[in-house]
Amino acid sequence: MAEIHLTRLRKTYGKIEAIKDLSLDIRDGEFLVLLGPSGCGKTTTLRAIAGLEMLDRGRILIGGRDVTLLPPGRRGIAMVFQSYAVFPHMRVYDNIVFGLRMRHVPEADQRRRAQEAADLLQIGHLFDRYPAQLSGGQRQRVAVARAIVMRPDVLLMDEPLSNLDALLRLHMRAELKRLHRELRATTVYVTHDQVEALSLGDRIAVMREGEIVQCASPGEIYDRPASRFVGGFIGSPPMNFLTGTVAHRNGAAHVDVGGASIPLPSGAAVAGEVTIGIRPEHIAVEFTPSAEAVPASVSVLEPIGSYQLLTAQVGADVIKVSVPPEFEADPGRRIWLRFDPRRVRLMDPQTGAAVAAS
Amino acid sequence: MTLRNLGLSAAVLLISAWVALPLVLIAIAAFTPRELLYQWPRPFWPESFTLETMRFFLRSTGVWQSTLNSVMVAVLTIALAFAIAAPAGYAIARFRFRGRDSVQLAILMVKMFPATVLSIPLAVAFIRWRLYDTLLGVAIVHTALSIPFVIVIVTSVFLGISYELEEAAMTLGSSRAQAFARIALPMALPGLAASAIFTFVLSWNEVFAATILTLNNRTLPALIIDSVLGAGAPLHFRFAGGFFMIVPALIIIFLIRRYLLTLWGVTVR
Repeated sequence: MAEIHLTRLRKTYGKIEAIKDLSLDIRDGEFLVLLGPSGCGKTTTLRAIAGLEMLDRGRILIGGRDVTLLPPGRRGIAMVFQSYAVFPHMRVYDNIVFGLRMRHVPEADQRRRAQEAADLLQIGHLFDRYPAQLSGGQRQRVAVARAIVMRPDVLLMDEPLSNLDALLRLHMRAELKRLHRELRATTVYVTHDQVEALSLGDRIAVMREGEIVQCASPGEIYDRPASRFVGGFIGSPPMNFLTGTVAHRNGAAHVDVGGASIPLPSGAAVAGEVTIGIRPEHIAVEFTPSAEAVPASVSVLEPIGSYQLLTAQVGADVIKVSVPPEFEADPGRRIWLRFDPRRVRLMDPQTGAAVAAS
Repeated sequence: MTLRNLGLSAAVLLISAWVALPLVLIAIAAFTPRELLYQWPRPFWPESFTLETMRFFLRSTGVWQSTLNSVMVAVLTIALAFAIAAPAGYAIARFRFRGRDSVQLAILMVKMFPATVLSIPLAVAFIRWRLYDTLLGVAIVHTALSIPFVIVIVTSVFLGISYELEEAAMTLGSSRAQAFARIALPMALPGLAASAIFTFVLSWNEVFAATILTLNNRTLPALIIDSVLGAGAPLHFRFAGGFFMIVPALIIIFLIRRYLLTLWGVTVR
């Protein structure tokens, strides 16, 4: 069992607070993604779990064992670095068994385990090469093999795919997911790529300025972002935001926005000004006016392949809508945008925090 | 060829000549027969060459002993300089510590004072400490002179080796020291060897401190200077001695030229 408990971690560099007051429980065998923009403290958090970063405060438990003060090598972790950190002066085989040698694993076992790891990652034929003779993708596989050969309780990965080209990244993403299913090691994965996070994570912890702003399943994060920041950070294109007013009429809650009045099916716990969040795919475009649809005008239509991205002007705001590929509309044309009422997220206009529907 | 290229080539030629011409002249003179050397006007290219001048130099009193002294001083210098400067260089490359910038600045302070100013107090102090006229004494001064270079080079060598590699080794179960010994050190070895050789050349060529601080245990440059200034050695002896001094330095610099370039390149970054 290797669940991870992070309790009230704090780390500062001079005046900069890299991690403010972070607590997080990661379940055994879980694939947890730390997601956030650069400088949000996600890598620092990962390095703290690895033991490469001394904390100002807080405790780290791995599998019930307090490892806060243990050196990296005695925490039962293995790590894949962003730069891969493959040792350039050693052959691939020596790279892979480096950790086993440090642990004095018998020679025969080293061979067998290296072969197993190499088979999993299809790099067995590269054993005698030096890292300089490998491609970026192969080097990355060596780095992963070197980590999993240790049979770690916890596997830590720091943006492992960020240095690969787009096609290879797509391929390795699926490989990592398969690997996790086969090994079932608790995995903590750092990335700033929201697509990677959504596709890999059992849960995603979205970080901002040294704090976790939301930690939930990918579906939950996507459908019910806890704040304007999360909604704006996840999704491509991200969530649209408009200013509206919540009003109660005839015993039902409505939100008035841009001249339209959208009924809220579940009611609302607030009244007055709100920020409305709606994803591009939850908006339908109509060519006839309606009281429940927001009037807008077409500015740009971009075909993206499987769908088209429509940019529309609502008053002073710009709204992105995904529309089917056969959709046609000339720029300047008046349209009406019907928001799916069940998908509308209401947020506090000041704090950006989501307001729970009652 | 454009004008720009022409200018560049001319500059390269000029600078190369500036450095190389004296060396070439010394080399030619070192193999010119004695009588031709005193001829006037002397042709640039002598009619005949001889090994007699070199033989005369090598047979002179004290030459072999002082060559041995020079080598010993250089080896001692390398050992001392590395014992002090290598850890300093590693620390500057790897750690952010209070006073790191001041240390880097202080390293250059040795270069602030001309050796002439230091020579008298140094000689007095060394006499008092019984280091005067010992090889160790000369080696200590050479160490002081070479430490800035060694620190700068070692720093740049370790800056060129990603710390993540050592961290990776640590996550794989090695201690800090093991990570250094198994990862950083083997990768740094060529660069460290280059800077050791460079230190050797520094010490081999150094003449001022060696002359001031020794009397009987002369290093080679000190012996040559002494015999030229003090004893008024003949012209052919001077040229032979000069040539003998230049050759090891030239060969060494030639062998490690690639390293020296990359080393300074990294430092500038």
